[in-house]
Amino acid sequence: MTPTISVTGLTRRYRDQLALDDVTVDIHGPCITGLLGRNGAGKSTLMRIIASQEFASTGTVRVFGASPVENDAILRRMVLVREDQAFPDFKVCHALRAASWFYPNWSAELAETLLSDFDLPANRMIKKLSRGMRSALGIVIGLAAQAEITLFDEPYAGLDAVARQLFYDRLLAGYAERPSTVILSTHLIDEAADLLEQVVMIDRGRIVLDAAADDVRGSATTVSGPIAAVEEFVAGRPTWDRRRMASQESVVVAGTFDNGDWSRARELHLNLESLSLQQVMVHAAGQASGRSKETTNA
Amino acid sequence: MLDDGAPIFFQVAERLSDDIAEGTLAEGDRVPSTNELAAFYRINPATAAKGINMLTDNGLVEKRRGIGMFVTAGARARLLDARRQRFAERFVEPMLTEANRLGIDGDALVSLIRESEHAQGGIKI
Repeated sequence: MTPTISVTGLTRRYRDQLALDDVTVDIHGPCITGLLGRNGAGKSTLMRIIASQEFASTGTVRVFGASPVENDAILRRMVLVREDQAFPDFKVCHALRAASWFYPNWSAELAETLLSDFDLPANRMIKKLSRGMRSALGIVIGLAAQAEITLFDEPYAGLDAVARQLFYDRLLAGYAERPSTVILSTHLIDEAADLLEQVVMIDRGRIVLDAAADDVRGSATTVSGPIAAVEEFVAGRPTWDRRRMASQESVVVAGTFDNGDWSRARELHLNLESLSLQQVMVHAAGQASGRSKETTNA
Repeated sequence: MLDDGAPIFFQVAERLSDDIAEGTLAEGDRVPSTNELAAFYRINPATAAKGINMLTDNGLVEKRRGIGMFVTAGARARLLDARRQRFAERFVEPMLTEANRLGIDGDALVSLIRESEHAQGGIKI
């Protein structure tokens, strides 16, 4: 099956800085993929190149099997909502009308509903909107376009928790109704975690993780209890992080546990707690940059 | 609404199982659709589908073409049976572990159970 988006050996260089370093990743739709990583990791650059708003230094991007560069037929099937979206000097309703001409599946009805959901004044000049309102406008356009590929790049600068929840709910509702390919880049991982089916993590221009969200969630566990018992249990397993306090120790162990492990942990009176997606990401970022050292107990 | 630790699809399956065990979802009742579950728990529809699949694999729900998923005949009995088998492991063993840690002996433990049984107006079954 041809991937919806296929990125191969993609490198983007800005003068002496490497924003993307030999990135290879396939996205198969329909799916909601989280593009995660720290600020400056290369998330935005990757999305802009996929949407053909920026060029690769080397490597290829295929969308629906073809290059999106100056390919109008493909660009109309894809919408990118940027964090720093710049709009021309006109009103909210004009921006929506312009979008309705470009995107073939545009739903004026949905745009109308979303406009009132987010309390956006249709007749206000865009430059008079607050930061949060401008973000909301980007979201309205992204959702109402009903494109086959929707790229949301940190779309919620200035939006409060209520508005962000509204965004997640509307995104899910739209996805349930017409499953498509959605890529959401975010650093609010805990908030968005449950929406994601696939997770791609990028660190300093390189893909460090590309996996099903459910697999990532179960991929590491915090083991805590008396030092001797914890040490006995974690012996021979890859560990990420160790903390000690008085007679207690808490160790993050990578990998999954089987039933035998669980009953052994019970016998040793240990507490086991799976790491959340966000916690795994924090550790993975630490691993990638070598800030927390990987140790394997023999 | 859901915890962070356990896989989400597993939690979805557990919640639905609870409803079947309690009888809130009776045999022959329609189970919420993938999209309904996704919207309610604010999770990816694929994850919700995985939760439902777990119930299908255990024979607790079945698909009726074109109308949705339904609780199977005998689902509640089978579920309660499975849970009874897990009861010792999930509740009795951890209780004994903690009792040993605290130095609560067998007699004291039994009388604690009697007391709380009394406080709750007796055991219901």
